[in-house]
Amino acid sequence: MKVAIVKYNSGNSCSVAFALERIGISALITSEIDEIKTADKIIFPGVGEASSAMKFLRDQKLDKVIVGLKQPVLGICLGMQLLCEKSEEGNTDCLGIFKQRVLKFSEENKVPQIGWNTISNLKSPILKNVKEMEYMYFVHGYYAEKSVDTIASTNYGLEYSSALQKDNFYGVQFHPEKSSDAGQKILENFITL
Amino acid sequence: MLTKRIIPCLDIKDGRTVKGVNFENIRDAGDPIVLAIEYSKQGADELVFLDISATNEKRKTLSEVVNRIAKNINIPFTVGGGISSVEDVYEILNSGADKVSVNTSAFKNPSLINDLAKRYGSQCVVVAIDTKFENDDWYVYLNGGKVKTEKKAADWAKEVVGLGAGEILLTSMNNDGTKNGFANDITRAISESVTVPIIASGGAGTMEHFKDVFVTGKADAALAASVFHFKEIEIPTLKKYLNEQKITIRL
Repeated sequence: MKVAIVKYNSGNSCSVAFALERIGISALITSEIDEIKTADKIIFPGVGEASSAMKFLRDQKLDKVIVGLKQPVLGICLGMQLLCEKSEEGNTDCLGIFKQRVLKFSEENKVPQIGWNTISNLKSPILKNVKEMEYMYFVHGYYAEKSVDTIASTNYGLEYSSALQKDNFYGVQFHPEKSSDAGQKILENFITL
Repeated sequence: MLTKRIIPCLDIKDGRTVKGVNFENIRDAGDPIVLAIEYSKQGADELVFLDISATNEKRKTLSEVVNRIAKNINIPFTVGGGISSVEDVYEILNSGADKVSVNTSAFKNPSLINDLAKRYGSQCVVVAIDTKFENDDWYVYLNGGKVKTEKKAADWAKEVVGLGAGEILLTSMNNDGTKNGFANDITRAISESVTVPIIASGGAGTMEHFKDVFVTGKADAALAASVFHFKEIEIPTLKKYLNEQKITIRL
């Protein structure tokens, strides 16, 4: 199986690659369009800032490539947010797979949210054998609103989408690669979709 | 609900783990990779590695250690110690660290915080503040606690958040190594005055100290070293105790 991790200007692509290595998958970290198009599974990771990440994707013409993919795609953290319609971070137009907006957390709570929080109302093959109220590791200052595509919710001052799915596109706000054994389970589920 | 975090800290010198008492008299406490794996299995929520070596080979050795840690553990970790440029940070993040912490270099060149936040996002920028109480206030110290400044810790904390810090690692030098408890007063004052999470450090000796720093000190995370390294407190026991004390914790 060929698994491609989309490389862009900011990101923790090697953390994701290491997590895949731990489950026996050797992934390719690449921004080459042909490599991405021909992969069986694509992971779109991300740590960084929305507007500069989108600019990079547009400059490399990766934006249209990602939107056109038919094979399973998993956006992680910023990667998931970039798959949404629009982000309040840098007032950025994103890829528009998921129709909700990405908004900044109100500062009634500490922002960014950093640490372990629970996911609930789980519904997707990618969350198979993950228990309700399982802890996942989150690091983010912006959140995706809830919608029909929400497959897991988390509460941080309000309920938001901690995972999304529409057709072949999956997104998780938390970092499965850093969420201990439960996170590893989600990566395994994605790889075996 | 978001949980409070328990963070073992590993001081690294030339690829080995060490822990100073009041920043001096360093004692060896093992191999960083072995400890990192052990702590993640025990339920540590995160790890912090502070590199205190000062050799020319420092950068290369550190990158290699970071890389080995990243390959072997599945929880987040922060790396700090002598990081002074955007390039240093790139190398450390690229080796697999999730966050970096900056201290003296950020104080001397505050725009570094802004540059890092813009380039990598605030979420991976931890500003470490070493502080000491004297003459009725808490002052910022630099260079591993050796150099005093006239800046008050509470003022510096607000400034770093304004510049884009995503988290503050606050170490009380008065408490560090004493095992008499965390500095709950300054931790609470800073936690309530800024919007980002505070990691309290210095002084952990008993399980009650952790409860106190979360309840009284309003810390978001508590960091400790020797009590964990020398198994005076076991993380699963600590987390069970905190849970019984109605503190939200990942079990």
